[in-house]
This record gives sequence, C-alpha cells and structure tokens, in this order.
Amino acid sequence: MAEWDAGTKSTVQKIPLLKTKAGPRDKEGWANRLKEEYTALIKYVQLNKGSDQDWFTISSNKEGTHWSGKCWYIHNLLKYEFDLEFDIPVTYPMTSPEIQLPELDGKTSKMYRGGKICLSIHFKPLWSKNSPHFGVAHALCLGLGPWMAAEIPHLIDTGIISHKDK
Amino acid sequence: MSGEGEEGPSSPGKEQQDVTHPMKAFSSELSKLQSQVQALQSTKLQEQVSKLRESVKSINERVQAAAEDLRKDAPVSVADSKGVATASKYSRAVKREKIAKMSAEVKDDNPYSRLMALQRMGIVKDYEKIRDKTVAVVGIGGVGSVACEMLTRCGVGGLLMYDYDTVELANMNRLFFRPEHAGMTKTDAAVKTLREINPDVNFESYHMNITTVDGFEKFVASITRDGDGKTPRVDLVLSCVDNYEARMVINQACLELEQTWMESGVSEDAVSGHIQMIEPGVTACFECVPPLVVASGIDEKTLKREGVCAASLPTTMGMVAGFLVQNTLKYLLNFGEVSMYLGYNAMKDFFPTMDIQPNPGCTNAACCKLQTKYAGERDRRKKAKEAKDVEVEEDAGALHEDNEWSISVVEEEAPAGAGGQGGESEAQGAELAEGIEFSMPKADAIDEKTLEENAVETNDDDDVDDLRAQLEALNSK
Repeated sequence: MAEWDAGTKSTVQKIPLLKTKAGPRDKEGWANRLKEEYTALIKYVQLNKGSDQDWFTISSNKEGTHWSGKCWYIHNLLKYEFDLEFDIPVTYPMTSPEIQLPELDGKTSKMYRGGKICLSIHFKPLWSKNSPHFGVAHALCLGLGPWMAAEIPHLIDTGIISHKDK
Repeated sequence: MSGEGEEGPSSPGKEQQDVTHPMKAFSSELSKLQSQVQALQSTKLQEQVSKLRESVKSINERVQAAAEDLRKDAPVSVADSKGVATASKYSRAVKREKIAKMSAEVKDDNPYSRLMALQRMGIVKDYEKIRDKTVAVVGIGGVGSVACEMLTRCGVGGLLMYDYDTVELANMNRLFFRPEHAGMTKTDAAVKTLREINPDVNFESYHMNITTVDGFEKFVASITRDGDGKTPRVDLVLSCVDNYEARMVINQACLELEQTWMESGVSEDAVSGHIQMIEPGVTACFECVPPLVVASGIDEKTLKREGVCAASLPTTMGMVAGFLVQNTLKYLLNFGEVSMYLGYNAMKDFFPTMDIQPNPGCTNAACCKLQTKYAGERDRRKKAKEAKDVEVEEDAGALHEDNEWSISVVEEEAPAGAGGQGGESEAQGAELAEGIEFSMPKADAIDEKTLEENAVETNDDDDVDDLRAQLEALNSK
C-alpha cells in the first residue's frame, strides 16, 4: 500500500464515512446514499476552505450519476486548473468512480483513454478494502489529490503543460 | 496487361520482337507520318493517317477485351476450385462466400474440414453444434480480439463484441489489429476483418461503455432475447476487459441473468495471466472472493515504478486468449474437462488450477440468493468429483503392486516466489492453490466501532436537492 503524506492522512480521517451500500440502480437506497455523499463532500470542502487548501469544485446532475467540476494545483506560485468529470459506475460503491481530466488525455502514461487517471496501484485496493464506506469525497482526497501532486509538477517541468498566461 | 490471356502476364522478350503488336505498329506509323509531314507528300500522308486509324482501333479492341477478362475473373468464390487456381495465379482478392452446412469433406477449399475432423478423431461428438452457439465478448483488446478471431475461425454461430475504445498505433504490440485500423472503433475494425475470414458468423458490434447506468442497461438488453433484460440469448459471456470495474459490471449482469461467463486477465507486468469460469450460484462469483491472480514471481515493489501503468506482450495475451477459447469450446461442445480456474505464470511456466466455491458471506445479494437455489447442484458436482477421484486413486494403486525401492510421492514444492506471500491473502482465510494470490484486499476493513464514530450524519428531513444546492453554493465561494 502506498505511503500517505501526513496531511492527506489526517484530512481523510476527518471525512465522514458513508453507511448506505447502494448504487444508482437502487432507487430508494441511492437517494439515501446521495444524501450521505453530499453531506460528506460539504464537510470535506469546508475542511479544505477552513485550512485554506481549497483545491476543487464539484457538482452533480440531479440523479447524482454524473459529476463535474474543476480542480487546480499550485506549482511555483502559479495556479493550473483542469476540468474534472466522472460517472458513477453501475457497480458503485463496490467499485470507485473513474475520475477523468479530459484536457490531459494523451499527455501522460499514468492515464487511461479518455483522460481517466490511473489509480490502480495506490488507490483502488484501498477503496476496495473500505467499500462501501468510502464515497466521492474520499475518491477526490485519496485518488485525485495524490495523483495531481505526483503528476502535475512533472507535466509542468517537462513542458507538456504550460500556464495559461504563458 | 498483356493481350489475349493465353500469354503469361509477363513476356517482355516476346513483346519486343512482335512487330504486329498494335503499339509497335502505332509508333512506327507515327514516326513514318512525321517524316511524311516533313516531306509534305499528300498522298502518302493520307495513307499513313488511315493506317494510324487502324492501329488506334486495334488498341481499343484489345483494351476492351482485357477489361472484360478482368470482370470475369474477379471476385472468385472459394466454392469454385477452378476459380481459386486462377485467382492465386494472379494473386487477386479471394472472397470467402457463405456456406450453408459444415462439411467434413477433405478438400483444399473447405474451411471446415479440419474442424470437422475433430469428430472423426473422436474428440468432439457433434462439432456443427457450434453454429447454434452465441458468444458475447466484452473488451476487444489484446485478449478479446484474438479470442474473437479464434471463435470466428472455429465457426461459432453468433459473436457479440463490446468495446468503447478505438484502435491506436500503441496497440500494435498485440495481435489482430493492423495499422490501417488506427482510428476505427475496435468493434467495427474487428467485424470488418472477421467477416472476411468467416461470413457464416452473425456478428454484432456494440461500441459502448458498459460501466455507466445507461451502458449497463443496453448491455443487459443486448444479451437477452428481444432485449427483454431477462431471458438470456447467449451461451457464454467472455470477459476480456482490462479493469476491475468492468469485471464487476459483467459479474452483476451475469448474476442477475444467471448467465454463465468466463473471466480472463493478464497481469499489469504482462508475465502472468488466468482464466476463470463463473456459473452464478454454483461457483464463486467475481465478488465472492477478492479477484485472484497468479503471482508472477516478480517483487511487486519493482513494478510500482513511476510512469508506467501497464505492460503487455502479444505472447501472454495470445496464450490467455487460447486458454479462454479452448475452455469455451470444451464448455460449448461438451468435451474434455472444463477448467474452473487456470493460471499461467510465464516466468516459471507454471499453470496452477483450482475450483473456487462460492462464499456464503458474499457481499452481493444476488449471488447469495443463487447460492441457495443451486445448493443441490453444487452437492451433485462435489459427489461426482469425489467418485471420480476415488476411481483415479484405485487405478493408480493397481499400477505398482510391489515397491521394492520404497519410492514414495512427495508433495511438489511451489516454484519459489510463486507461493502465496501471506499477508492479506492469509487473513482472508480462503484456500488457494499454489501460486495463486488475491489481487485486491477484501472489503470491510472498517470495523463497526470506527464506523459508528466516523459515520456521516444525515437526517430523514434532509432534502437531497437542498444538499446539492449547498454543495454547489460552496463552489462559488
């Protein structure tokens, strides 16, 4: 299992765990699950804002099956922002959402077709172990966050992406 | 293009000497005309013009005759043996026509003779039964495309292919796809090639992602009769996908339909693979135990290097496709023993097999329900297997009546590095064959106390829309 930095570790422990094991095909269960998802996300965003570490925005469609927003990363005092989106898989929450950053599609080998970030090693086993108690907030905190921290500086330093003002 | 047909396609020497050849005559008349024009002798000029007209007419006739020949020769059907000979001589495209009935006749142009020979050899009782079988292949990548080609060449009745991806040049280290397919959807490129190989197969191509809610419904509809979502219309589903999510989706669909399926996989380091047969309620489902892999004998830490998501080899993928389709043929045509799990470790050439019983505590409710339904079937199979094992033991016993040298059989050691590396696997308590490991940890690492302390708090009065609005409001701040 990957080693988590202290910050991520202490943050994730503050994100509430989810209780309802229900996917989007389970009408009643999903309504409950969705409430839990939103509540956990609100808590996580508030935590981030409270420590001045806000790094994404997110919202979902009415059914809660498609999510989109923005995420950003600060590197050498410059902010790099990306569109972010994903669908809730039909087998959720047994499987994690496959987070996509479409703008980076084809720019890094740590990504599957369509801009799906590669999470198989550091994140998926963890999700599997904690299923069904992890939700979207956990996926962002333990999946996307560490991925960006590892990948974005590398993409900037190698000139594959550049700041929008440059 | 050289004239009347009885001549070979290339006879340049002869052509040069042939003064009656219209092209030669034409150019010689033309040069004569040029000299006449220069001399301005009007009678001779007219004579030359009429000779030239003759030459042009003759050339035209020859061109038309050659074009007519071409039309007659192509396309050539394989059913016409004379046609084949002509075609190969001129290396023109051969089109394989549909064949109404599989024939066992040993002829060069019978694409089924070697398959039907399986009956004569006593391997398969009724090979032609394969034409009544329909197989769905999900994932037309390194394993799936090759599996589809094998099934097509074997003459399967129907082949349903699913993939959301397009062919890229980066796929060229695998088999089947060719550079000219780049940019096409994998399913369309596969149908195009496979239909030429065997037009007797009914191909269906589904360019879609099965993991979304919509995709799942379409997938289920496509493998059921009239799309009713209930009555299976395929004999087997083959999973050739490259990720855990898609496997879980296939598992869910197959549990709901009580559809038998086979899972296949190649490790990210490209040096091990496996196939697994899943009969809902009778064997373990994909969710019963964490997914299994064959340990490759490579230290995992060396794999988790930066920058690379997955390696792949055409060899390993071709072998796994071969195992998968071989098992499929055995299952569909009822010969040999169908493997419930077969692993392949390329580093040691080690092939573990095992049966996997369903987990009574499976987290999938549909699986648990089917386990109860098929308890009798599991029992019957267990007894049949025990009876067979006893038979084998008795046979073995009779082979050595005396044992002068006190030879005894000792348990073979698993190849070093291939054995279960303990840790999480052992904690999960399932008995695995040598060399096989879990690729994912088991769910529910969070105990009830932790959950209670950290669980999200929602109220029944909370409105989903309100919460969504609250979250959105945070975005704008």
